Amino acid sequence: MSPGLTEFMSLDFPALLAVVLASVSCGLLGNFLVLRRMSLMGDAIAHAVLPGLVLAFLVTAAFGYPEHARDPLLMMGGAALSGIVTVVLVELIQRLGKVEKGAAMGVAFSVMFALGVLLLEQAAARQVDLDADCVLYGQLESVMWLPTDPTASYFSWSGIAEMPRQVSTLAFIAFAVIIFTTLFYKELRIAAFDPGLGKTLGFRPQVMHYALMIFVAAAAVAAFEAVGSILVIALLICPAATARLLTDRYFTQIGLTVIIAIIASVGGYMLGTRGPLWIGLDQSVNAAGMVTVTLGGLLAMAIFFSPSHGIIARSMRRFRLSVSVAREDLLGLLYRLEEHGAPGMPRRQVAAAVGPWLAAQVASRRASQRGEVNSRNGLVELTAKGRTIAQSLIRSHRLWESYLVDVLGLRPDHVHDTAMRLEHVRDAQTGSRLMPRVEATIDPHDRPIPSNGPSAPAPTANDDAKSDGHA
Amino acid sequence: MTPILSKPDRKSATPLSARPEHSAESPVSIHALTVAYHRKPVVWDVDYDAPPQSLVAIVGPNGAGKSTIIKACLGLAPKAAGRVEFWGQPYRAVRKRIGYVPQRESVDWDFPVSALDVVAMGRYGKIGWCKPVSRQHRAAAMECIDRVGLADYASRQISQLSGGQQQRVFLARALAQEADLYFMDEPFAGVDAATERAIVQVLRELKAGGATVIVVHHDLQTVAEYFDEVMLLNMRVVAEGPVSDTFTQDNLVKTYGGRLTLLAEAAEAVARAERGG
Repeated sequence: MSPGLTEFMSLDFPALLAVVLASVSCGLLGNFLVLRRMSLMGDAIAHAVLPGLVLAFLVTAAFGYPEHARDPLLMMGGAALSGIVTVVLVELIQRLGKVEKGAAMGVAFSVMFALGVLLLEQAAARQVDLDADCVLYGQLESVMWLPTDPTASYFSWSGIAEMPRQVSTLAFIAFAVIIFTTLFYKELRIAAFDPGLGKTLGFRPQVMHYALMIFVAAAAVAAFEAVGSILVIALLICPAATARLLTDRYFTQIGLTVIIAIIASVGGYMLGTRGPLWIGLDQSVNAAGMVTVTLGGLLAMAIFFSPSHGIIARSMRRFRLSVSVAREDLLGLLYRLEEHGAPGMPRRQVAAAVGPWLAAQVASRRASQRGEVNSRNGLVELTAKGRTIAQSLIRSHRLWESYLVDVLGLRPDHVHDTAMRLEHVRDAQTGSRLMPRVEATIDPHDRPIPSNGPSAPAPTANDDAKSDGHA
Repeated sequence: MTPILSKPDRKSATPLSARPEHSAESPVSIHALTVAYHRKPVVWDVDYDAPPQSLVAIVGPNGAGKSTIIKACLGLAPKAAGRVEFWGQPYRAVRKRIGYVPQRESVDWDFPVSALDVVAMGRYGKIGWCKPVSRQHRAAAMECIDRVGLADYASRQISQLSGGQQQRVFLARALAQEADLYFMDEPFAGVDAATERAIVQVLRELKAGGATVIVVHHDLQTVAEYFDEVMLLNMRVVAEGPVSDTFTQDNLVKTYGGRLTLLAEAAEAVARAERGG
């Protein structure tokens, strides 16, 4: 085996495996925290397991078995216990202290964490093998796989048996989390969406809730040593929050969290250990920190670029809507001008007349592309096609005005702006159902309501309009 | 300090149906039910037997405890006193025969599930623990969504539905439970005319199929048209029985009478005493 590969298998591979397993377990569980809008509970538990963990170290040291302090079963037991204690504590503070849930969680986890820090000092004083840096930031770099017999393959059973303890603990937890979320797929879903119905159907949402909290605590402890207690929170929340921006499907949501967790952990690890060298720095950065930054980066990208919920997609949709409204407003305006006998509108006034400048520019270009308006001698005017559309708009506008005045009893001078918004709802489905059926031919401002038929004779207010040369 | 309201006596195991005032025919028998939140009673001493195959409206002012009665029957609100039986049996024994439509606002409609996913939740009770939703159950859910006129919307995410459509999704989910007794909490609240017609249609079909439906209802105008039975409630049962005899001007005045009732004042007093004020 080449020295490079040996180095990779001994140093990078176990660390990568650890961070992938940690982020997949936390990411999967995080779904249920994010979807139930209780992300802070994950935060609370991730912090609150600290005293339990340190206590386990102190107790085993006191009884003279310090080597058992990192026994996975003992750690998981401690974690489950602190998880339940936290949940119960939060509920007690909420009920007895009469404060809102967020406040109760804030109090519970900061106090538990502080207790853990105090205990940690004691542990340091007694020279127990546990230090604050490791607890806070994790020690991904210290996860090493060094089989006793270096000549033997890394892929032999004896080699695998010598996998670092953190990795085997995480593998066990990841396996348990995957079994839990698969087996109770439907139960977790109903407990998250509608616990009331879940209870009447006999699915015990409260039990599912506690089981979930125990798993969160166990995953937090297992991930603790790899990425530290603070970064665990990002592993719990970021993948699920990112996935939520990318899909509206439950199964896809859960699948995406796994993919995002893997991408962020592999990408972040590589960036952390190799990235600085690529750009010529001579020292790598904390890999766990880089994984978290990557998670944050992916979330930020989803916030901006998600095709359905992203800021960019949403502003594009809003812009398209305002263009279409501006286009219709332009047609309506030209129609009204024709009614008054004006030949058209000077090009330069269009933007000021129909809404935001950019939308108006695009709208007027689109209207002429579609052959709805013509531009002649600097004047914008309706074509026959444009007039038909304008007519149906004006009809809609004036019918709404009549409805608002005659049926709802609003004052005639109050209804124009409302009608200006409502007139744009004209698609066949909603429009025909919602369009008020007012038997009026004259609107509250004494303007004729155009008929619904195909291109009725244009403007009636002033006969000059026709002689002014409209085709 | 001795609590003013004592816990229900769990030892009295004689079925309610053995008592002359209740019957094993009744889909639901409520006996001396009192519900309290934080020891402040919200519903006092309710006795009621719903007749089989009927549509029952629970009507009363805000804060009268209408939803609370339903929740207490289903074990979602703690009973301070009293018992509830269904066809002479405890809730646990007949869970599968009872359907529930909670208030629409009680769930998060931004949840990433489709309308069909929500309706399929009605089948979970029949599917049981840890088993996936099979093709037959999905087909049954699809049939229910079709019955409320939303077949075209089955794969929409639920936040993309209108309020009325969301309410119909809930109704379809209850249909998917294929129950003999339904509790519905304000299904008509804030729905459009099309949804209201769809719900009434479904209620009538359910009744024709032999079911009893108990509905928390707020629209006094439609009680007589939609329902057979009415329970007028204002912390206690003011009147109950067939709409024709019970839904009278006199009883409505008693139910909605403007001033705080003596019971409401008493409940306040209990709460104050518990606070030590």
